[in-house]
Amino acid sequence: MTRGAEAIAAAFGGDGRRAALMPYMMGGFPDLATSRRIGEAYADGGADLVELGIPFSDPLADGPVIHAAGTAALRAGATTHEVLVLGSAVAERVPVVAMVYANLVMARGVDRFVDDLAAHGVSGLIVPDLPMEESDAVREACEASGLALVPLVAPTTPDERMVRIGARARGFLYAVSVTGTTGERVALSDAFAALVTRAKAATAVPVALGFGIGTPDQAREAADAGADGVIVGSRLVRAAAEADGSDAAAAAVHALVTAFADALR
Amino acid sequence: MSAVEHRFGPYGGQYVPETLMPALAELERAWVAARDDPGFRSELEGLRRDYVGRPSPLYLARRLSEAAGRRLYLKREDLNHTGSHKINNALGQALLARNMGKRRIIAETGAGQHGVATASACALMDLECVIYMGVEDVRRQRPNVQRMELLGATVSPVDAGARTLKEATSAAIRDWVANVESTHYIIGSAVGPAPYPAMVRDLQRVIGDEARAQVLEQEGRLPDRVIACVGGGSNAIGIFAAFIADDGVELIGVEAGGEALEPGRHGAPLTVAGRPGVLHGALSAVLQDEMGQILEAHSISAGLDYPGTGPEHAHLRDTGRARYVAVSDAEALETFRRVTRLEGIIPALETAHALHYALQPAEADVDLICCSGRGDKDLAEVLAQA
Repeated sequence: MTRGAEAIAAAFGGDGRRAALMPYMMGGFPDLATSRRIGEAYADGGADLVELGIPFSDPLADGPVIHAAGTAALRAGATTHEVLVLGSAVAERVPVVAMVYANLVMARGVDRFVDDLAAHGVSGLIVPDLPMEESDAVREACEASGLALVPLVAPTTPDERMVRIGARARGFLYAVSVTGTTGERVALSDAFAALVTRAKAATAVPVALGFGIGTPDQAREAADAGADGVIVGSRLVRAAAEADGSDAAAAAVHALVTAFADALR
Repeated sequence: MSAVEHRFGPYGGQYVPETLMPALAELERAWVAARDDPGFRSELEGLRRDYVGRPSPLYLARRLSEAAGRRLYLKREDLNHTGSHKINNALGQALLARNMGKRRIIAETGAGQHGVATASACALMDLECVIYMGVEDVRRQRPNVQRMELLGATVSPVDAGARTLKEATSAAIRDWVANVESTHYIIGSAVGPAPYPAMVRDLQRVIGDEARAQVLEQEGRLPDRVIACVGGGSNAIGIFAAFIADDGVELIGVEAGGEALEPGRHGAPLTVAGRPGVLHGALSAVLQDEMGQILEAHSISAGLDYPGTGPEHAHLRDTGRARYVAVSDAEALETFRRVTRLEGIIPALETAHALHYALQPAEADVDLICCSGRGDKDLAEVLAQA
């Protein structure tokens, strides 16, 4: 197991939780300084792992909240490098997995980009627009640098394909709970429990459920269905967006992360 | 080996969320079956003839030829039903969607020509239709918005980024991710993840196949040059496809030079030849910054106002089989007026880019130009520039 995969495995093993809590943050949103405090607040509130989004101009897998946050972060001048520096600070507290669109990885050069992640203490990488068929170069670079490349499966993924993806998963397997982009949903789809069951049967690594989990009750439902980890994104990013100032943003996400953590005890 | 090209040299691929991968595989299977199915082919051919008005004429443009000092042939895609080449692709994909049992169609549009073509095909086949269009394009292509709405489509304005074609395409892809089981996405150009670039080319190839036969008949020889405008590049790849094996025929794609060939002021990724990048599911020539953020494009022509292009064009450029050049906003406007006065043909602003290049001095005797669309939609924009 690589260094990154070991750190991630430890995050799933911990402290009597029913599932690991994996909050997402948009790096550099609403600005770099506030974003740094948000990372701290996630760790303080009980995050087991932090998913760090690197802002991209054209995020096809994201709904309006995270899309707007990425646009705002870029407008505020965030760069990939600054977000990675921020990530290295968070990584001193909890493992960090970067969520990055393919063009940012390729523009820098796959090997150099992955080396940069490793140099900043990042444990894993999620590329939401890099399906299995396109991922060889990134997977090899991750193996070489000790990072876990975390693939995604969706409700539309057939069983046979899920097994092939599951076999390549390192760190964890990211199960997309809804057929759609990121964003809060009134209720989890009926199919999410079946998806968790299918995903767990397809892989030896832990399965984390994300997309559409916006309340502590939904997080508990995910754990009840057998998810090893729960990813919460848009709800937290929205809280940061709605807060008035840096102190309020940090306090708001801290309260939310604490509530999600309590729900998973 | 796949039956449909996924890569053109290093370009192309399928850079999309996992949710869409099974749908792309399903689409590819359906397309491979349909293109060899006599029933599908005869229905499409019948509609091309009786509904679209194909074959479109090849016209030896008298006064333009005089002005250029050589023979300029226009392939009159502007005379198609709905006013552009876009209907060739929209009809084919709408038929395919109907055969696949998808009752809901989504599409993006820039100039509105693809939106109108798709809305028309959906009206004909009784399919639900949602068209994504940037707010800026809704403003500058108002007549086409009204046509789409009359045709029964829902026009969904997209208020993000520069509010043009790039954001409209992103919005359509997000819709498809959410509704993939009921919905087919009729992408309007030779862009996007495989199998789209190859499928759209094959549906547009009718332009080149007809034109090649027509020019041989009228001129007794092949043209020296084939010239077409390139945004995503579907009319260009459609006309080029029939001539790629003809080594003596030069293929020239004309991109949007915009205000200047500086970042954010043009739509000419093939001409400026930056680092390749991933946009809307494919690796191709893309306008981007050092970090890999996609840059906004600019063109007076909404259909060319796009920072990416079709992957096969990037490959044709790299291999030297086609050459790509840029024509500015001002040049396109000037040629729009000139062609209108000389020939009594109002070309689309997109097409005016190709016509402008064709009118420049060159070592050639016979040119074939894809007259990809008509310019009625552009009147307000052009008159406002006076």
